[in-house]
Amino acid sequence: MLDVKRIRKDFPIYQNNKDMAYLDNAATVLKPKIVLDKMNEYYTNFGVNIHRGVYKLSYLATQAYEKGRSKVASFINASFEEIVYFKNASEALNFVALTWGEANLQEGDEIITSELEHHSSVLPWQQLALRKKAVLRYLKLDESGRITVEALKEIINEKTKVVALTLVSNVFGYITPIEALIKEIRKYNCLVVVDAAQGIAHLPIDVKKMDCDFLAFSSHKALGPTGLGVLYGKKDILKGIKPLFYGGDMIDNVELYDSTYREMPYRFEVGTPAIAEVIGLGYALDYLKDIGLDNIKKHEQELTCYALEKMKDLKHIIIYNHNPDLGIIAFNLDGVHPHDVATFLDTDNVYVRAGHHCAQLIAKKLEIVASLRASFFIYNDKEDIDKLIRALKKAISFFYQGE
Amino acid sequence: MDNLRNLYQAVIMDHYHNPHNKGLKGYPKMHLKNPACGDDITIEAEVQDGVIKHINHQGNGCSICCASASMLCLLMEGKSVSFAKKEISKFYDLVQGKDGDYDSLGDANSLAGVAKFPARIRCATISWKALEMVLEGDVDEEKEI
Repeated sequence: MLDVKRIRKDFPIYQNNKDMAYLDNAATVLKPKIVLDKMNEYYTNFGVNIHRGVYKLSYLATQAYEKGRSKVASFINASFEEIVYFKNASEALNFVALTWGEANLQEGDEIITSELEHHSSVLPWQQLALRKKAVLRYLKLDESGRITVEALKEIINEKTKVVALTLVSNVFGYITPIEALIKEIRKYNCLVVVDAAQGIAHLPIDVKKMDCDFLAFSSHKALGPTGLGVLYGKKDILKGIKPLFYGGDMIDNVELYDSTYREMPYRFEVGTPAIAEVIGLGYALDYLKDIGLDNIKKHEQELTCYALEKMKDLKHIIIYNHNPDLGIIAFNLDGVHPHDVATFLDTDNVYVRAGHHCAQLIAKKLEIVASLRASFFIYNDKEDIDKLIRALKKAISFFYQGE
Repeated sequence: MDNLRNLYQAVIMDHYHNPHNKGLKGYPKMHLKNPACGDDITIEAEVQDGVIKHINHQGNGCSICCASASMLCLLMEGKSVSFAKKEISKFYDLVQGKDGDYDSLGDANSLAGVAKFPARIRCATISWKALEMVLEGDVDEEKEI
């Protein structure tokens, strides 16, 4: 187990919420002090615009900003120019569909995705398919709800042009066997887009080894600030993509009736970017690296085993994922609406998610309106889970009184 | 725990488990959905000579949402439109914790505890909003709130 007591000292939110059991990490994670400090340092000491100014402060700001990009690149083993910033992972994934997808997809082409996806990984392709009269196909999840190579083999064919899949399910905590899938996908001529939002802070990612074409994640799920998303794109593919947005900062030479644009990644980033956020994310990734992605994964797995062991003794509980790979448990109390349970937990400062978790397709597959989701991270300990269990017991004795 | 007991009083759970006027009969209706949480309620009402002759509900949601719809129907059946509009606006005040005399709301008075749970106010008000819209002549197959 990680030294949770020491880690919590790095997260100022715990000083203001001493009794909280924060178990909604799949929605967003808390922010360490170093990230807040470094963002504040930018605004306090050299908070000016980047790329344009020739004065000292602008140079400092530009240096800090671009150091952020280098850190992102090295974190996932990409090159500097392969990292493009957006406002979140959703926007980054939309960008791929709106640029590469618009330019390359034709009527009758096929796109493969899964019912396990976050809406952000499906909807850009679903809408593109409607516009292009392309065919959207869902690979069949196995009995426990996992994406498998066998299921991909069943539907991939010469017409497949895009495979868009999540790296980690934000409902079940399953890790997609992405490397094995991509080996299979490479037998066909198609694009692989990976939604790594739920994976970025929980397992090591190496885009070269993975051999994906695009991979997106959001900063806020990786200890960084909100309002920032990252898209990795393979150099050769990014080179062939035209800008989607035009205006400030992305131009090379502007003439009255046409213009030329900067090199990648800058040609894709229009206007003044989220400077403080990019700086903050760099330090967030440093923090994750210091703890170690493998240690994080182990910590989460240990907490998950402990939680599942305790939860299985509770009456009326339905668990939807009995063997998650990472720290996410999806569950319900039989016959009780998850919002009613969440309100009970809330009064004991146990914070879980209740809803469809931005993944309505999998909720529909399970034939439930919504579920509860407890998700763990580096600052959670067994005491948090004990609190969850105690609060659940209270809810159970209330909603099933008289039994 | 007191806040919770207040929120989930027996009368609320009773309406949840044994709802009044559940099931649509084909009167003018409004279907409201809260996509964030999945609450999904349709209220239908037939108004004759300024009086709500029939009112029914149908849908899915948490206990607060469903119980509130049941209480709404129980309260409004046979009442005048002007009474209904007054009580709807009182109910909005009630769930926001404003002081007032709420006895005329009947069982719905028991939803006062929602005020302590701001995230749940919309659960309580969705059916009332739907009736308000029907009475304004705003009938629709489906709307988001």
